[in-house]
Amino acid sequence: MTESTATSPARGLATPDGNTAVEVTGTGTRPSIISDATNRHGAVPVQTRNARFTSADVADFPEVTGREANWKLTPVDRIRDLLDGPLDGSAYSVVAQPSDGVDVRWVPRTDPRIGLAGIPEDKASANAWSSFGTALAITLSGEEHTELVVGRSEFGTLPRAAHTLLEAKPFSDSLVVLDNTGSAALVENLEILVRDGARLTLVTVQDFAEDARYVASHFAQVGRDATFKHVVVSLGGSVVRVNPSVTLADTGADGELLGVYFSDAGQHLEQQVFLFHKAANTRGRVNYKGALQGAGARTVWIGDVLIGPEASGTDSYEQNRNLVLSDGTRADSIPNLEIETGDILGAGHASATGRFDDEQLFYLQSRGIPEEEARRLVVRGFLIDIIQRIGSAALEERLTAAIEAELARDDR
Amino acid sequence: MSTLTISDLQVSVETDQGAKQILRGVDLTINEGEIHAIMGPNGSGKSTLAYAIAGHPKYTVDGGSITLDGEDVLAMTVDQRARAGLFLAMQYPVEIPGVTNSNFLRTAKTAITGEAPAIRGWIKEVRDSMGKLRMDSSFAERNVNEGFSGGEKKRNEILQMELLKPRFAVLDETDSGLDVDALKIVSEGVNRAMAATGLGILLITHYTRILRYITPDFVHVFVAGRVAEEGGPELAERLEDEGYDRFLPEAVS
Ligand SMILES: Nc1ncnc2c1ncn2[C@@H]1O[C@H](COP(=O)(O)OP(=O)(O)OP(=O)(O)O)[C@@H](O)[C@H]1O
Ligand SMILES: [Mg+2]
Repeated sequence: MTESTATSPARGLATPDGNTAVEVTGTGTRPSIISDATNRHGAVPVQTRNARFTSADVADFPEVTGREANWKLTPVDRIRDLLDGPLDGSAYSVVAQPSDGVDVRWVPRTDPRIGLAGIPEDKASANAWSSFGTALAITLSGEEHTELVVGRSEFGTLPRAAHTLLEAKPFSDSLVVLDNTGSAALVENLEILVRDGARLTLVTVQDFAEDARYVASHFAQVGRDATFKHVVVSLGGSVVRVNPSVTLADTGADGELLGVYFSDAGQHLEQQVFLFHKAANTRGRVNYKGALQGAGARTVWIGDVLIGPEASGTDSYEQNRNLVLSDGTRADSIPNLEIETGDILGAGHASATGRFDDEQLFYLQSRGIPEEEARRLVVRGFLIDIIQRIGSAALEERLTAAIEAELARDDR
Repeated sequence: MSTLTISDLQVSVETDQGAKQILRGVDLTINEGEIHAIMGPNGSGKSTLAYAIAGHPKYTVDGGSITLDGEDVLAMTVDQRARAGLFLAMQYPVEIPGVTNSNFLRTAKTAITGEAPAIRGWIKEVRDSMGKLRMDSSFAERNVNEGFSGGEKKRNEILQMELLKPRFAVLDETDSGLDVDALKIVSEGVNRAMAATGLGILLITHYTRILRYITPDFVHVFVAGRVAEEGGPELAERLEDEGYDRFLPEAVS
């Protein structure tokens, strides 16, 4: 797999808010093509990543044209109604098993925690914020490790807004899975407060029905010595866009942002990740991997990392890898790194998009393993390090099964 | 007794400039229990022969046949050939990220025998074979060939051969890149497999040194895509003394 890597020891490095689109065509047997947004060092950034306009009021955003930096890779026409149309902001059905140290309830817009983690940066997000009537609040307080699965399968087919609040109290330790399935035409804001010393793993699974459209913005604030693992798993849905913004807000905060996605024919799966090292001595890791298979399968990954002026001692690395399994797919992979202090431990990024390696297939087949199974092994092998890092055996099994089901589809 | 028969095999390879003919009529008959050494200069087509037997998609058979006990090998897919009892130890084994060696070995064994091996016995068998090949047990949990040294990759190939128990194995320059200790270990592995299952072996090599540890029944000298000379082990000795010069076209003048 060809790749680009860069390590930045010092200050002032940025790549423009540009894009590197990669179209993969042809039928070579060796990995080919690759995106590299990293070889344009020295260009001046258009705008520091945390200086974007924010507002919770949809009216403050101009109409989306599809040419904006944060919309130009999205099929805006397929989600037009979600951007500025009316959204139903009422409560929906949620399945969650109650347990000690876990509180799940609907709260009013006036809940004092709302707005603490972040404010919308785009029109869809603001539209949901303007429209939600009640927020789903999940509060985690147990110091013993607890796991919570929140099943959400009844968003319905009409345009809807959702607001979700996740608070991990100081020194709590939990793993939360937001398991999204079924139909959806949904815009959601998800606010996450990881208080001092807390440990939180949040996994959102987007395994929607085939025609579902989902546009989500996640805002997370990670406190002093807190550890936050954020995992985005996107498998099913017509258009699925999940944009997580994570701020390592206080000293010693640790953020691990993982993602795995599998896009098949006609699917658009997108993630615009923003990791902000705001405080000193924070550690950040961003690692997203995706596979594409089938005509029109499309993925977008934008990874912005900003190391702010206060963030001395930062240790940061981000990477994205895509595995192309068939012709007619397109993967965009755009890493951006901005560094505003000279005093960091290290920062780097890598991005690679490679074609399925037929030599690997041949090797496995030459040991008697049938082609389909050999493909499964290779693809699962490609994604496995992310899946294993989630830290939940049940989820690992389920994801593996879901990926195998994706591979078994014969729309290749 | 099983027999692998190669007749008048003609093979070309896809290149950027179009198809290029490499094998120009190869005849070879290998019986179970026999060791055939194929020796030849670089670029003479040895690996091409190995890949053609295994069914690599880049190599096109333009003429001739390969049969295993009369069955048409060329009509089989790559995995079918392996299940029929053919094995190729590659000159450059491939790395497979994210797939552990132990998972790979179990999956391959299951595919070849048609049923999953009984766990206990299998684990012991793997461990024993690895021990004999002086492979640290950590190699079971490492990803297939990933980060292995050249010599470690070759041992891993022989490990697979011992565990999968083919009827015929093609060893493509398994000796190259091995120091003398590793060469002995790998040769012992081949001899062990031979003693255990009596398979037929096509031992491709550029040098004679591995033939000090593995005694061939036949030696074939491969030049420009053909067998140029055949004989017994004494032919290897002669090559050791004289090199391939007398087989090569007169020095370009
Ligand atoms: N994919 C390919 N593209 C172009 N030429 C090829 C390709 N594969 C093989 N060849 C050519 O075919 C010829 C035979 O190659 P082959 O690898 O079979 O030789 P070999 O005898 O195994 O050599 P060595 O001793 O170096 O391993 C060489 O001239 C080689 O350059
Ligand atoms: Mg060779």
